Amino acid sequence: MQAQPDAAAYEFIPEAERKAAEQLSRPSLSYWQDAWRRLKKDKLAMLGLAFVALMGLMAIFGPLFSPYAYDYSDFSAISQGPSAKHWFGTDALGRDLFVRILYGARISLAIGLVSALVNMIIGVVYGGVAGFVGGRTDNIMMRIVDILIALPSLLYIVILMMFMGSNIRSILIALCISSWVGTARITRSQVVSLKQQEYVLSARLAGASNWEILIRHLLPNSMGPVIVSVTFLIPSAIFSEAFLSFLGIGIQKPMASWGSLANDAIETLRSAPYQMFFPVAAISLTMFSLNFIGDGLRDALDPRLRK
Amino acid sequence: MTAQPLIRADRVSMQFTVGSSITRARRRVLTAVDQVSLDIHRGETFGLVGESGCGKTTLGRLLVRLYRPTSGTILYDGQDITSLTPQQMMPLRRKMQMIFQDPYASLDPRMTVSTIIAEPLRRTDMDRARVDARVRELLTLVGLDENHARRYPHEFSGGQRQRIGIARALAAGPEFIVCDEPISALDVSIQAQVVNMLEELQQRLGFTYLFVSHDLSMVRHISHRVGVMYLGHMVEMAPVDELFTHMAHPYTQALMSAVPIADPDASAASQRIILQGDVPNPMAPPSGCPFRTRCPVVMPVCADQKPALLDIGGGHWVACHRVGT
Repeated sequence: MQAQPDAAAYEFIPEAERKAAEQLSRPSLSYWQDAWRRLKKDKLAMLGLAFVALMGLMAIFGPLFSPYAYDYSDFSAISQGPSAKHWFGTDALGRDLFVRILYGARISLAIGLVSALVNMIIGVVYGGVAGFVGGRTDNIMMRIVDILIALPSLLYIVILMMFMGSNIRSILIALCISSWVGTARITRSQVVSLKQQEYVLSARLAGASNWEILIRHLLPNSMGPVIVSVTFLIPSAIFSEAFLSFLGIGIQKPMASWGSLANDAIETLRSAPYQMFFPVAAISLTMFSLNFIGDGLRDALDPRLRK
Repeated sequence: MTAQPLIRADRVSMQFTVGSSITRARRRVLTAVDQVSLDIHRGETFGLVGESGCGKTTLGRLLVRLYRPTSGTILYDGQDITSLTPQQMMPLRRKMQMIFQDPYASLDPRMTVSTIIAEPLRRTDMDRARVDARVRELLTLVGLDENHARRYPHEFSGGQRQRIGIARALAAGPEFIVCDEPISALDVSIQAQVVNMLEELQQRLGFTYLFVSHDLSMVRHISHRVGVMYLGHMVEMAPVDELFTHMAHPYTQALMSAVPIADPDASAASQRIILQGDVPNPMAPPSGCPFRTRCPVVMPVCADQKPALLDIGGGHWVACHRVGT
């Protein structure tokens, strides 16, 4: 005897229902949508992102709403502690510290963003070309990078600042000269490994030129690690600027950056420690935030963690 | 078969330089493909077998001019394509395509399926609507759903990805397709589906295949003629039934004896030829016959002279001093 399937126990799924079930599946996400979805789950990174966004907005709009100008001295209110009138107190010349820190944020964040952007462009193009062309070109290009890394950057940054004068432009140039090398190395190693992939051969079979392969396939696929490294470049550029200004060869008065504010506060450290506290807090919190974002991005962009 | 072959390779060699490019001293030359000649006729499936590293994949890539051969000539439909520049190759590009081994590496993870499939069409003058229609048509042709076009490769299984790869290969309407181990990364059940699909497509659309594989039973199933490679050399080449019944080269015999037989009685009766030693270093190949270091029937002459690939009748070619003389 053979078991007969009981026809009544089974039924065909109507076509419409099957189509509907298909629709229920997880929406199709691109790489970046998927990365954003994972980044949103990282609380520290989101906290960092919120802080940096808030800092950015305050830097842009804050000074507009403040009754004080960043270079206005009120000699009747010198070195006053934090109060309702001056939230972060005033400095030795009676200037409002809150406005000066917001104004300093403009310069610090702008330096961080611009130098990171320039670094990314130079680094990606340089590393991409070196990795893709390969052979002797690659060898020579990467040895130049090695030389740049071997030179102590602080030394020639200081020398450059001496020659070009202390202003934002020269700080940017000095910071951009060497820091792209890390991005170039990362891009190169990505491109070298990716160009062996079969989809590159397939693009070649489709008649794509070298340039198209680099732009359409290799660079988009190496962006993950590059973006992570650039995110870490922003805090290091901000910190370099703060450090130079702290040494007194960066931003000059009456302009303010976080580093120069900290420098100003040294003289009055004993009598008015809050003058040191607020700029340093701004530097540290921004560093923390950007590093948290970088960590979060690294986890979110790593394809091995894709769920 | 007297008609002009679609692909003719004449003593094609491919050498790669290995080692540092600054200090020339340690540079070595690796001959991946050594003086290989073959014809592939229109509508035919030519199977290419041999162990890993014997130059099968390199030969396949040479025939579609992904590599430029170090020496020898390649004719496509009578036209010499050996040293065409990428620009000169452009009109021929859409006629030759490739299906790749690794379905996970052959699709760009950042592109949607429709962008991937449409890639060979970018160079044509088709407008967007026609490209979209073509992509949907191709998806249906390879047994996928039209709705899959907007998805990304990571959402698909290995077998589905291989179908996407096949759809891409078909997009521009090719004549000649190199299948570079298209099934070795797939489950056995999926392998059969993919191979049957390739056969069906060939019957419907008249493709010519070069089918590279190390799965002998699959090659036997799909091929019309088979070539056996060892260490960059073509050692034996024959119509499929002739090769599987009258294998002449000792390497082919050893290779065939390694194929598992489903029937235990027959399996016990057959004798397994186990080769001694390893494949020689391709950067320092043995003198004379490349197989002589492992050949069970080696003769003194094998070390001195490289055996030529000779026709022993019925389109059966062998390169061995034991055969034909």
